[in-house]
Amino acid sequence: MKLSLLIYGSPTGSQAPHTAYRYAAAALEKGHTIHRVFFYGDAVHTASSLTVTQQDETSIESLWQQLLRKHDIDPVVCIAAAVRRGLLDETEARRHEKSAFNLSSPFTLSGLGQLLEAINHSDRLITFGY
Amino acid sequence: MSDFTPKSVLIVIRSAPYGNQTARETLDIILTAAAFEQPLSLLFCEDGVFQLLPEQQSGLIPAKNLGATLPVLPMYDVDKIYADRSALQQRGLDDTELLLPVSVLSHNEMADLAANHQTILSF
Repeated sequence: MKLSLLIYGSPTGSQAPHTAYRYAAAALEKGHTIHRVFFYGDAVHTASSLTVTQQDETSIESLWQQLLRKHDIDPVVCIAAAVRRGLLDETEARRHEKSAFNLSSPFTLSGLGQLLEAINHSDRLITFGY
Repeated sequence: MSDFTPKSVLIVIRSAPYGNQTARETLDIILTAAAFEQPLSLLFCEDGVFQLLPEQQSGLIPAKNLGATLPVLPMYDVDKIYADRSALQQRGLDDTELLLPVSVLSHNEMADLAANHQTILSF
């Protein structure tokens, strides 16, 4: 089955990005494909390259990075949700005249149209909220 | 990729209008879906019914007034708008005094509504 994921729970204030990661890994293991993962709301912080995780804890950013790269999944971070929370790529930093950018690779910033595209082109959309 | 039928989407709105960004960011999804002409229905339930209150004075918090945007939805052909009757009753709200015309539903009718849509988003 072709799946897409919508994650909007915060990586620190909720379990959502972790649960979604475990779901995605299990689905891929079972032979399903993941068309797109869409990060919305506070879940955009998952894609920050400036998060520091203690040595005895697991970085949710690196877990997602590995999974996304291994399976060549399209990871979209909502651009509007991201910039209002201080998550910028190089282009947005320049556009808004900010001194730095912190969007981790392979995440990309794009619009809500990508969420609708994911809904229309996947067999299922699974939401991970609070 | 262009050969597809857009799916029917039900957006379940459970969050109060203020206190966090959820309601505002749900509205962004609704407006984007309307612009893309996605078949769309809205269901207000739980604290989400507070979004339907008229005369929201959010400038006092201060926050952007979501109550100013919701009434324009029918102009964008978003007119399948439903609310949970018991959620309104539990909060002392009268469905004739809301900022949008809504169809009030029983829990059984809400289950039918959900079953009749291909994708459900819940905020």
